[in-house]
This record gives sequence, structure tokens and C-alpha cells, in this order.
Amino acid sequence: MTDLDTLERDLLAQVSAASDEAALDAVRVAALGKKGSVSDLLKTLGAMTTEERKERGPLINGLRDRVQGAVTARKTALAEAALEARLASERVDVTLPVREAPEVRGRIHPISQVIDEITAIFADMGFAVAEGPDIETDELNFTALNFPPGHPAREMHDTFFLAPDRDGKRKVLRTHTSPVQIRTMRAQTPPIRVIIPGRTYRHDSDQTHTPMFHQVEGLVIDKAANIANLKWVLEEFCKAFFEVEGVKMRFRPSFFPFTEPSAEVDIQCSRKGGEIRFGEGDDWLEILGCGMVHPNVLRNCGLDPDAVQGFAFGVGIDRIAMLKYGMPDLRPFFEADVRWLDHYGFRPLDVPSLVGGLTG
Amino acid sequence: MKFTLSWLKDHLDTEATLDTVAETLTRIGLEVEGIEDKAAALKPYVIAKILTAEQHPNADRLRVCSVETGAGAPVQVVCGAPNARAGLVSVFAPPGTYVPGKNITLSVGTIRGVESRGMLCSGAELGLGDDHDGIMELPTDAPIGQAYALYAGLDDPVIEINLTPNRSDCTSVHGIARDLAAAGLGTLKRETLPGVRGEGPCPVAVELAFEPADRHLAPLFALRLVRGVTNGPSPCWMQARLRAIGLRPINALVDITNYVTFDRGRPLHVFDAAKVAGPLTVRRAREGESLLALDGRTHALTDDMVVIADRNGVESIAGIMGGQDSGCDAGTTDVLIESALWDPANIAQTGRRLGLITDARYRFERGVDPAFTLPGLDLATRLVVDLCGGTPTEAHIVGEPPESERIIDFPWTEVRRLAGLDVPRVEMKVILETLGFHISGTGDRVKVLTPSWRPDVEGKADLVEEVVRIAGLDRIEAKPLPPLEGIGRPLLTVMQKRTRTAKRALASRGLMEAVTWSFVPHGDAELFGGGGADLVLANPIAAELSDMRPSLLPGLLRAAQRNADRGYPDAALFEVGQCFASDAPEGQTIRAAAVRRGSAGLSGAGRHWHGTAGTVDAFDAKADALALLGSLGVPTGGLQITAGGPSWLHPGRSGTLRFGPKTEIGWFGEVHPRTLQALDLKGTLVAFEIVLDALPLPKHKPTKAKAALVLSELQPLSRDFAFVVGRDVPAGDLVKAAQNAERKLVTGVDVFDLYEGPGVPDGAKSVAIAVRLQPVERTLTDAEIEAVSARIVAEVSRKTGATLRT
Repeated sequence: MTDLDTLERDLLAQVSAASDEAALDAVRVAALGKKGSVSDLLKTLGAMTTEERKERGPLINGLRDRVQGAVTARKTALAEAALEARLASERVDVTLPVREAPEVRGRIHPISQVIDEITAIFADMGFAVAEGPDIETDELNFTALNFPPGHPAREMHDTFFLAPDRDGKRKVLRTHTSPVQIRTMRAQTPPIRVIIPGRTYRHDSDQTHTPMFHQVEGLVIDKAANIANLKWVLEEFCKAFFEVEGVKMRFRPSFFPFTEPSAEVDIQCSRKGGEIRFGEGDDWLEILGCGMVHPNVLRNCGLDPDAVQGFAFGVGIDRIAMLKYGMPDLRPFFEADVRWLDHYGFRPLDVPSLVGGLTG
Repeated sequence: MKFTLSWLKDHLDTEATLDTVAETLTRIGLEVEGIEDKAAALKPYVIAKILTAEQHPNADRLRVCSVETGAGAPVQVVCGAPNARAGLVSVFAPPGTYVPGKNITLSVGTIRGVESRGMLCSGAELGLGDDHDGIMELPTDAPIGQAYALYAGLDDPVIEINLTPNRSDCTSVHGIARDLAAAGLGTLKRETLPGVRGEGPCPVAVELAFEPADRHLAPLFALRLVRGVTNGPSPCWMQARLRAIGLRPINALVDITNYVTFDRGRPLHVFDAAKVAGPLTVRRAREGESLLALDGRTHALTDDMVVIADRNGVESIAGIMGGQDSGCDAGTTDVLIESALWDPANIAQTGRRLGLITDARYRFERGVDPAFTLPGLDLATRLVVDLCGGTPTEAHIVGEPPESERIIDFPWTEVRRLAGLDVPRVEMKVILETLGFHISGTGDRVKVLTPSWRPDVEGKADLVEEVVRIAGLDRIEAKPLPPLEGIGRPLLTVMQKRTRTAKRALASRGLMEAVTWSFVPHGDAELFGGGGADLVLANPIAAELSDMRPSLLPGLLRAAQRNADRGYPDAALFEVGQCFASDAPEGQTIRAAAVRRGSAGLSGAGRHWHGTAGTVDAFDAKADALALLGSLGVPTGGLQITAGGPSWLHPGRSGTLRFGPKTEIGWFGEVHPRTLQALDLKGTLVAFEIVLDALPLPKHKPTKAKAALVLSELQPLSRDFAFVVGRDVPAGDLVKAAQNAERKLVTGVDVFDLYEGPGVPDGAKSVAIAVRLQPVERTLTDAEIEAVSARIVAEVSRKTGATLRT
């Protein structure tokens, strides 16, 4: 056992015993500092003979390297231990609740959501969105749409009237979005492809009727659009909207003053335990009205019924929202009850598209 | 419109089943609303005989009966009816039968220890009347085992169709039969009705007293007297049919008019000739006249209504309802039968004004077949003579039937053009001819003469409908709408996009979208800047839904309160929708508005371990408003915010958003205490409203490229300044002054502290701002920074009177 061995054992013991960074640094300085014990040994090398240096040099340098290494290793270990100790003391209770984010709390009303769904579907078929005022003239709401004054067909619509003006003319709250068909045909040149979503009003109130409701109509005017095309558009719409592979539809001849021929459309469904499903079952559910635009209506818009033709259809937005999303009653749509909105409403970022699917 | 299957078969020679008839009706546009088939509903009920009736061992009022049902061995039934006795023939229902009068389905039961396998029934239990006294008692020779409904003649199903207003021809059983015949369901029975040979002229003169311009009100009037009738009850078959469709049989003469109304769509009226004084005048009613009508009510008449009058005054309201004084009863011996034509629009208007809905009005306002006026009179006359006896006079006819047929120039290709369906020409021809159209010509274009009973068929499109509805809409194959050329055409307008984005942006701020009524109470409308006479509904559905809303806020504020009343005090609601400044289209705007109540701030409401939400204030509303503008991409460089808002907001805690002195775009703030009081709202409510139509539109740029981005390599730096300034000086003025002091270097100014209290003089406040400087070409020296700071202080001081706090 040489003194170098003794020194090494001693120094390594001191390194291991150092319990913190300060103690370790003291050991390092005492050994490797300017006046440290190992540094002193290194200084002796200069005074040695070549022979002595050859023998002692590697031994002393080896000692220095090992002590140096031990210090570094001990330093890392101490730092690890200190971090562990800190981490052990730094604890939060992750089960404490955070506040719900505004983009999670917020809601889009089912009517807005369904209008966005409808718009996405029809945009894919090239339909733009047309709009018009809620307060309409009698001419645009009825006469131009081929409802002659006094005709019983007007009584199919329970109309809200405003007070008569100086000329005795009363404006009405539009009973359907159809006056926008007239506005569109008078303002644009065919080809026309529009949908017309909006608020409509009828003097009616019970579980399935509210004095205000929402309708969307479609209008196509060109040189060739016919009932075969109308059927296709409606079938595609129903499949896309109700998100089913196939839907069976039944067209029943009917009557609307502004279309000829006219039809009502039922879709096949099943009703089990109050739940309605489309694309299956053997029940029929009436969902919309449609027809070829009446020649008188085209004429009223300055169009020649022998040169252009087209079709129109209308569907209740609130009604198809109820069918798709299962609300049993129409009235709460307009009551702004936060419990209803929270339950039936949609998250702000659930924007319907055909790319990502209408619903998530 | 209701009718029975046997009635239909009077007009239609067919082997079709009820189901086929019903399906076909719906398929051709006569939508079946309901079928009441008592024979099917009562099928399990059979005629049965009580063989023995023994006293129940455990119950005084029950009897144990052995019942012969015509099927196998006698059945044991426990019966509580007092009249249950041996030998009685009654009606039996086996287990499994649904009992409509009790809304139960029978099962094998044990009643007080004795098994009972079915039930003996009363009429009430079958839903056929209200004899609750006991089980039915049938004649002893009633056939045991036969279905009771069949035996009782209840096997005539009633069909109700939902008739569209255009199809006046199908207000009659005959017309419906014609449609079904065209649809291939059988043959229309076309008996030629022989005319009536009257004896002598009708003694009652008739005058159509109208100005030439009014002649359309009563173009044709026919009258006939039948002398010596006996007006008893009508025969059973007629009463049964009338009852089946919901009419109450009165007496033979009245029943005949009702019967012809439904059978042929030809309304008639009968006067008791003894009660009519002198000649009849058909004229406009005079102001002040009234009539006690057959409904038992007295109706005040006006001069736009047409009446039939005699020397006593008005006797009948034309085409709608007769008068009580001249009506027929059991004592009637001489009857005047009227068959006339009236103006549909006038009848509709009169009926609406008087609130009278009658089977006659229903037909006249839709259009009655003019050509059937006289045949209808003859048919009724024959029925009167057949059922009541008597001798008819000749008919007295005044006026002319109006021209009702039209000739339509019809190219057969029209069906293909509009419907997209190829129907063989011969089929089209058969359909139209079976419906009563006459076709002349051969080639591709023919002339089609419409029948007198189809006033609704005016042109080519109507003929297409006739062909297609009978041929079957289901034959039309769906065909894709050809795609439009090209892609990427934007389909939404800027406003439409903004409306959609506004909803998503506000919902992302934790607000829930409400859809409230477009109408508000008159008081609310006035309070929010509306209430003008042009926006008041003449016929509101309820008093509180009377005025078109001038603002979204009254609806939202009231909704927030309703939620609070239900135990949800922290509602955060928004709406994006239409508001009305006038009844003109330009008066309608789309607005976005939100209300927050209680502590419903952006980060959440109520108490929380991480920090409890305070009461909402004007800045919550301001933050919503600015977030909306930012989300819509509205450039806010020119946006000004001025103190104060509309009258419904707190004057000291509200602001107006504008892009110049005249372009207000909206407002925000705390709701005025007086508004809260007027609407009966409690708690703190803040709100904003922005008129989306008032927002500037994006500028049209030739390229979509954004301006070049210049990034500095140099570090930005920040300097803080605390100013003391008059309390009423807007902080915004300090910020603006600091920004303008050194436009090249200052890239941002934030207010980071606001203080009033000890250390700051009374009437003043301390406003601390942090100014961010971005050196452009080189690092600033200390001296340069000092100089910039001095300029900022000087400029803020000059603009606002602020001094640097020391």
C-alpha cells in the first residue's frame, strides 16, 4: 500500500461522504484546487528525474482523473437527489376541478345548426342562399304567388297583419318564405338555384305549431328542370340530412297555389317507442311540399313559362330538426331555457360540412 | 269530405277492396285522412245466446252464464248485467277482444273464484251509444254466431279525405268516383237523369236585382214549387248515410238537400212556401238588415253580402245558410226548392265575415258545377216527390249559367317537359277523357276542352298534373340535376357569412344561442326605441306578442330573468337575428346581441377554489362586442368608443361603438336600473348589441396577398409611465396620445394600473401605462430613450392635462 493509494482511498471516501454540493466542493478544492493535495503531488512532477516521472507521472495523473471523475459523478448524484427531493415536495391535487372552457359551455341553437347543415348540403348541389324581409306586402306573400284575393287557399295560411297604411293596404308577416322566390326571380336571370331559409309566421299555437317558425324553400329555374330532377334533389337531400344510406320517398299529388303540378312528400320511417328512424320501417311521415313553379308565378316575375321552367320545394326547419334530433315539442325552441339549450344545442366548433360529415 | 264505401259504390262500379280504394285515393291526390270501419273494429263481436244463467256462488249481483256463441261448445261467462237471463240473445266478445267503450283488451279471468271466458256486451261497450243499463237485447231470431256489425248494418266503412281547395269537383261522392274510375278502379255509373215534368209554372216570381257590374254575384237562380208534400223523417238508408258522415237527420226535405250536397256537390235550399211572402228578390243586403238563421243565431248583414228576400225581408243568406222563419218543418206541405249559382269570392268573404262554416259555403267558395244547376234541381225534385209525395211545378229559371268550359292548346310533349316522364299518348288520352275532358285533333298538339266541373284547370300545366297524378307520380324516375359548370363560386354573401361566424364566435365565448320571438310587448318595444304604429300587429296571438321587435335585448333580458326564476341565475345568452325599424325591407336589420347575468363572465360563473367569479360589469359586455368584431375581421382601426349609450343602458356604465360621428354600429354596458324595473328584472345584467348591417364591408382588393412582413432584428423594449389626470378624462385619450407621440417607434400601449384614493388628489386618478417601443434601424441609446419618453409625457400631458406621478 503506497501513500498514493492511501490518499486516493481517503479522497474517494470524502467524495462519497459529501452530503451536499457545498461539502463536495470543499472536498474538490482540498484535492484538486490550487493548493489541493492532488495538485500538490502534480506540482512535484516538475522536480523529478525523467525516470522518476515516467514511473510516478501516470500514477499521480491517474489519481487525479479518478478523483475528478468521482467528484463529477457525486455532483450529478447530488443534483438528482436534490431534484427528487424538490419534486417530492411539489405536489398538486390534480383531482381539483378546473372551470369548463367557454368553447365547451357555449351552444349553437339547433335551428342555426340545422340551417348550416341544409346550406352545406345544397351548396354541394350549387344552390346559393337567398333571403328577404319578414314583413311582406300582400302582393308578394299571396297575389304574385297565384293566391287570388279572397281565394280559400289564403285561408290555409293564418296570417298576421300589420295595421293598414294610409292607402288601406295592410302588410303581412310572411306566412312562408315563398315571397323570396318572387324577389329572386324578379332580380336574377335564370339559371337560378337558391335555397331560402328564414323565419315565417302563422297565427297558430299548440304543441306542434308556434306563431313563429322556420322554413327553408328551394327554387330551381332553368330551361329543363323537371319533376325527375326535383325527385333526385329531394332524395339526395333527405339521405344527406338524415345521414342514412337510402331513404324511400312517396310523392302524393297535392295542391299549392304557386306550383303545378304539386305534390306532398312522405318519407318511410319506423316508429318504435317514440323514436323515429328513417331508411327503415313501414310508416310514412309527411315532411315537405313541392311542385313545378306555376306558369302564373313565372309570368308574374316576367318569365315566359314556355321558355323557362323549374321547381320549388319547402320544408319546416324546426320540424326536420325535431325529427333528426328527437325534440318532442316545438315550443321550447323559443323559450331560451338554458337547460334545453345545453341539452339540445351544439358545440360552437361543430361546424357542419360535407367534408367532415354533418354531425361528429 | 266524408263518404261511405256503399255510397261510393252507388257511383262507381268496382270490385276494389276498401284498402285499394284508400290507397288509390291517396295516390291520386285525394289524401285519405282517416277510415272508420266499424265492421273491422267490431269483427270479434258475435251474436250469442244465453243458455243458462245461474246465481254466482260468491257474489249476489253476478250470474254465471253458459253462452252459445255459434262456435263449438257453450262458453262460461260471468256477467254482472241485471238483464242477463236464460234465453236472451245478446252480443258476445271472446278473450283477446279490444273493448272500445272500456279501453281494455279482454283476457280469460277468474271473477270471485269462477272462471269467465269472455264478455256479454252493452251498446256503450261497443262504442255505439250510451245504454248502460245492461247487455244488448236482440230479437230471439237473430242469427247466433254472426258478426254483430254485419247484422246491425254497421258494415259500411266511412272514408274521410283531406280535400285540397282546388278540387271543388271532389266535394261530391260522384266526383270522387269519377277520379277513381280514371285511376282504373272501376267504371263511373253514368245514369242519365230524366228531367222533371212539372205541372204549371212556379207561382213565385224571382228577380235578380243587381246593377250590371254586380251580375256576377248571382248569375243563375232556379226555383221550383212542390205542392202537397208530407215532410216526415227521411228513410233509414238516407239517415244512416247522413249520420255516418256526421250530419244530423232533421226531416226529409232538409235531409234531401244535404244528401244532394254530398252526393253531387250541388248545394240546395228549401223554403216552406207557406212562410214566404210574395216574390223573391235576390239582391245585396241593406245596411241594418239581419237574419235569424238556421244556426239559431241572428246575423247582422252588410251591403257586400248577397241575400234572398221576400216582402218580410231577408229569408236566406245566399249560398251559405237559410233563415229559421222560412225553414221547412213537419208542418210543411208546399216546398220551394232553390238551386242557384253564386260568386265564389263573395261567398268566401261573407262566410268569413259572419263566421259561418257550412257545407254550402264550402262548395260555393270553391266553385260549383254551373252545368249541374238545373239537373241538381231536378234530382232534388224527384227525391222530394219519391220520399214526400207532392206535385212539382215547372222550374222558374232566372239568369244564365256563366261560360265555364275552356279550350286548352295542349302539346302532348308538355308532360315530358315538366314531369320528366314518358306516358304513352293513348294512356294520356284515356286519362283525360275518363276525367271528362274532350280532346279534339290528332297530331302532337291537340285542343282539350275542360269539363264544366273543373274550374281549377286553366292551362297546360294543369293538364300535366291531371295526367301525372292519375298515371302515378311514382312512375317518375329520379334524375340528377346537372352540376353547374366550374367550382369554387362563393354561394354565401358577406352578410350571410358574418351572421354564421357571429354565432360561432359568440358561442365560443360561453354564450348560449337563444331564438326568441320576433314580436315583443308594446311596452318593451317603446322602451327599446320602437313601438311605432307601422310595426304593431293588427291581430297579435297574445297581448305580450304585439310589436315587431326593435332590438334583440328585451327578448334576451326577459329570457335571462326566466332562467333566474327557475334557479339558473347566471345565464349567458346571445341571439343573432332580425330587428325592425320600419315595415319596409330597408327597416329590417340583422343584429347580434348578448346578455350576461349575475356572475356569468367569460371564464365561468359562481364560486370556485381557483378564484370566484365577480359580478359581471360593462367590460364583460365590451369584451364580447370587441371579440365579435375581431372574429368577423372588421378592421377596428377607425373604431371609436364613446361614453354613454342608448336610454336602456346605464348612462355612466355604457359605451357606444362607432366608425365616425354618424355611423353607430352598436353599444354595450350595464342595463339601466329603470329598464330593469320596467321589465321586472332583478340582479345585474350587462349587454351588448351590434348591428351587423352597419359594419363596413371588406374592401375589394385585386389580390389576396397580404402586405409584406417586416421583422426587426432588434429587441423591443418597454417603458412604464404613471400619470395623474382628471377623473373624467377617458383613459383612451391617454393611450391615443401616447401612441401618437412617436408613431414610428411605439407599437403598443397598455393600461396596467388604475388607482384612485390616498396619494392621488381628489377628483383625479392615477393611470399607469406601459409603452412598447420597437427600434427600427439600430439599438436606441439611453439618451434617445430618454428623449422618446419625454415626448410621450409631453404629448399625453398636452392632450389630457395629465402630469407624471411622482
